[in-house]
Amino acid sequence: MRVLVGDDTAVQTRAEQSRIRTTRQPQCTVEVVSDSGEGAQKCGQTFGAVSAKMGNGVWTVEIIPAEIQPPPRSPAGASGNRIRIGEGVVTNWGDRTNVAIAFNEQVLLARHRLDAIEEDAILLVENMWATHKDEDIRAEWAAAMDELGQANYRIIEVPMEEECLTIVENARKGKNMFALGILCWIFDRDMEITREQIAHAFRKKDPEITERNHELLELGYSWADSHLDVRIDVTPGLSPENTLVMNGNQAIAYGAVAAGMDLAAMYPITPATSVSHQLGEMFYKFGGVVHQAEDEIAAVGVALGASYSGKVAFTITSGPGLALKTEFLGLSVMSEIPLVLVNVQRGGPSTGLPTKVEQSDLLAALFGQPGDAPHVVMAPATIEECFHSMITARRIAETFRTLVMVLTDANLATGVQPFPRPTLDPAWQGSLPDMSPVPEGKAPYDWDEETGLSRRFIPGTPGGMHTLTGLAHDENSKVAYASAINQKSSAMRSRKMAVLQSTLRPPVVHGPESGDLLIVGWGSTKGAIEEAVDRAREEGLSASSLHLRFLSPLEPGLKGIFGRFKKVMTVEINYSDDPDMPYITDENRRRGQLAWLLRAQTLVDVDCWTRVLGEPLQPGAIHDVIRANVSKGGAA
Amino acid sequence: MSLSCSSLLTPVDEDREFRLDDYEGARARWCPGCGDHSVLTAAQRLLVDEQLKPEETVFVSGIGCSSRFPHYMKTYGFHGLHGRALPVATGVKLNRPDLHVFVVMGDGDCVSIGAGHWVHATRYNVDMVAMMLDNNIYGLTKMQTSPTTPQGYKSNTQPQGSWLPALNPLEATLGITNASFVAQTAEWIPAHLFATLQAAYRHRGFAFVRVLQRCPVFTEDIYLDAVRNPEMIDMLTHPDGVELPESLRQIYTSEVRHDPKNLAAAREIAADTSRLRLGVLYRDESNPRYEETRHLPLHTAEDKIRILNEELDQYAV
Repeated sequence: MRVLVGDDTAVQTRAEQSRIRTTRQPQCTVEVVSDSGEGAQKCGQTFGAVSAKMGNGVWTVEIIPAEIQPPPRSPAGASGNRIRIGEGVVTNWGDRTNVAIAFNEQVLLARHRLDAIEEDAILLVENMWATHKDEDIRAEWAAAMDELGQANYRIIEVPMEEECLTIVENARKGKNMFALGILCWIFDRDMEITREQIAHAFRKKDPEITERNHELLELGYSWADSHLDVRIDVTPGLSPENTLVMNGNQAIAYGAVAAGMDLAAMYPITPATSVSHQLGEMFYKFGGVVHQAEDEIAAVGVALGASYSGKVAFTITSGPGLALKTEFLGLSVMSEIPLVLVNVQRGGPSTGLPTKVEQSDLLAALFGQPGDAPHVVMAPATIEECFHSMITARRIAETFRTLVMVLTDANLATGVQPFPRPTLDPAWQGSLPDMSPVPEGKAPYDWDEETGLSRRFIPGTPGGMHTLTGLAHDENSKVAYASAINQKSSAMRSRKMAVLQSTLRPPVVHGPESGDLLIVGWGSTKGAIEEAVDRAREEGLSASSLHLRFLSPLEPGLKGIFGRFKKVMTVEINYSDDPDMPYITDENRRRGQLAWLLRAQTLVDVDCWTRVLGEPLQPGAIHDVIRANVSKGGAA
Repeated sequence: MSLSCSSLLTPVDEDREFRLDDYEGARARWCPGCGDHSVLTAAQRLLVDEQLKPEETVFVSGIGCSSRFPHYMKTYGFHGLHGRALPVATGVKLNRPDLHVFVVMGDGDCVSIGAGHWVHATRYNVDMVAMMLDNNIYGLTKMQTSPTTPQGYKSNTQPQGSWLPALNPLEATLGITNASFVAQTAEWIPAHLFATLQAAYRHRGFAFVRVLQRCPVFTEDIYLDAVRNPEMIDMLTHPDGVELPESLRQIYTSEVRHDPKNLAAAREIAADTSRLRLGVLYRDESNPRYEETRHLPLHTAEDKIRILNEELDQYAV
């Protein structure tokens, strides 16, 4: 069906309001898409923030074009935001889009071709292209509208350009706020909160810009009011009190400060860099340093040098940077200098998918350092956990004199979600390292035979002088010439992981603690997996899930938990061979990275389902996997 | 910046006097006749002369023969990775400006595998002494060509002789923006070596010192002519650089007055490899030092929480 509005003949008036139909939905997914640089992201982010402030659950995902400056009006250039809002907590980006607003038909076509749009979706599209003076553009418009017309969408043409030109000279700069006004009308957003949010977003610019944007917002709202006939009610059901809304990279940055870390060394890399943007501003107030090093190797070297000389420092990177830092990471382990490394995972190998999500660095993070280099690997599952993981990571690094890697991903990095505001505790910042004089006879690696723990002597400590070395060394940090020393020091470094594991609680199963199928996940997929499990359980399928935060050491009790399920499988965003592909056998099948690890550690025949589509997993897709696997198990 | 540990130090023997053996660590295991011994002695003498507290002094090195250096000191030492001494030292000094930081690198370390760090450490101009012990060869791994190996010099990796003209570390360093101290000295002239290291230590900023040195096993002959004929060496002297110690005046008669402020002249001297030039080529203390530029006042844990809460307010719903 196609509804043409925007021309005089189809204008509705407020008198006809009775014709406006409001549908109540428990959750709804909205997309704002444009060419890069037209502000769709700001529109989407603002819509998400306003919804969160009103008490809706929110999860936003950025739609990022693969190119820096893609040609205008090209499907490859689709840029913007997907915002899923709900009555209650929203833990993932959902399945398909219900409402999309697009600044040209080509970017909309791109989303359609990616199967990102729900079949009965409402699509609002700028219609200036229909009558464009360029014949080619008119032809493109017609072809695209034909293709979109094949589907069962409700397409609404919007004269964005024409309307915006009544307020601004360059409509390209104003359409996003006009679009926001339309969305605000459809979803009945609180306009006062929206105006505040816009003022905040443009706080660093000329106040006139805020004023202009407010006018555009109102214009969009009133245009919708007089032209549209459908409103969607996603009733805010959460108390927005004491809630923060931010993305995962911001949460990492604030978590680092709350953890008392004040030196971050980094080299720009997508999608990790925005952590340092955040820190660059914040540290100016807190008295820390973000050192932008000459390369990834220098970045970790500076962090390690800083850690060595005092409080734990950290470095931030993504896959290719992790590879470059490898040698220093081994040194951190060997010399037992605490260090925190954040790896915001993206698609790989090599340059891979720089802006897109993947969970393919797990094995590299665990085993990427030549030699035996036991260290801690953690993976926050939510944006809230991104914040708290930094506090835990710093504390573990310091206590265990070890390297702690925190693996997030592009989904967490750029996703925005509300979470309970943490009550900050000064104890999270840790204390300054012990610099009291070293008692006679104490050695720089006075390993406790039982735990492998020892006190760290940092420069400035009287009596603690020694030369730290990456060579195999004894208790006194002397280069080891006796073979037994390397055996012992390796055991001491390894022991610390077991000691840490002994302090961890067994993971909590989502759903019943036994049954037909257990899905195991890690990192940003938690929300989608649990939503899928819940849907399956509503259908009567016997499925539960488990989400791991510690990958090294693994959380305790896994073998016992796995034993209570007929089948265990991981769901991950990394590559694995599908078992029915040519040449693939049970013996040569390359499995998901967590599956690989769990099989090795538990001897349980853990299966996996993984995808590398450069996007977060959809709960619907996981739901299908659960259906297929539970019925295979002959249950339900 | 991040923590001012100097204020936490327990004052132990504030007026204790340090002697040479207070700085002597393990017995050096370099080959007899290795130039590294001479540099080690000069460094230990410097620490005595400056009365640096061993616990407040850090020697950072990379990998190679010369990088064993910290083990033979009784200060804090960091024997890290090949080519990566400078980032580590930068991290130490950024976090702890109160420490005295010395870096010991070989030629492979500094101008080959660590070349990027050398360029940028020069530009950061963090206050430290960076010694490049240049024996023109890879010694520890048994005679492979290094960037400073003279053209035509035979090695295990280039048995027909080094294919390329040797890299000129002085000329290159002087080409880097914000370079603040560039000097050259030689291990076989201990008095000059000491005076140069002292000038480097007293310079506030990144002090790059190339120490010409022979490897008794692989490049014994490399500076033989200059060792035998002191007249082949021009001594660059100036009150703002190093003056020729009295003991050397009789031997090194070719003294060239060179004002280390004169960058153009320094570059000219560095580029002309027809003669060996020892002394301070360039020195300018007015260049910004990174650790000072980046220094920000400390906040207490409570202060940080207050500021953090203000920050988080921006994200409050």
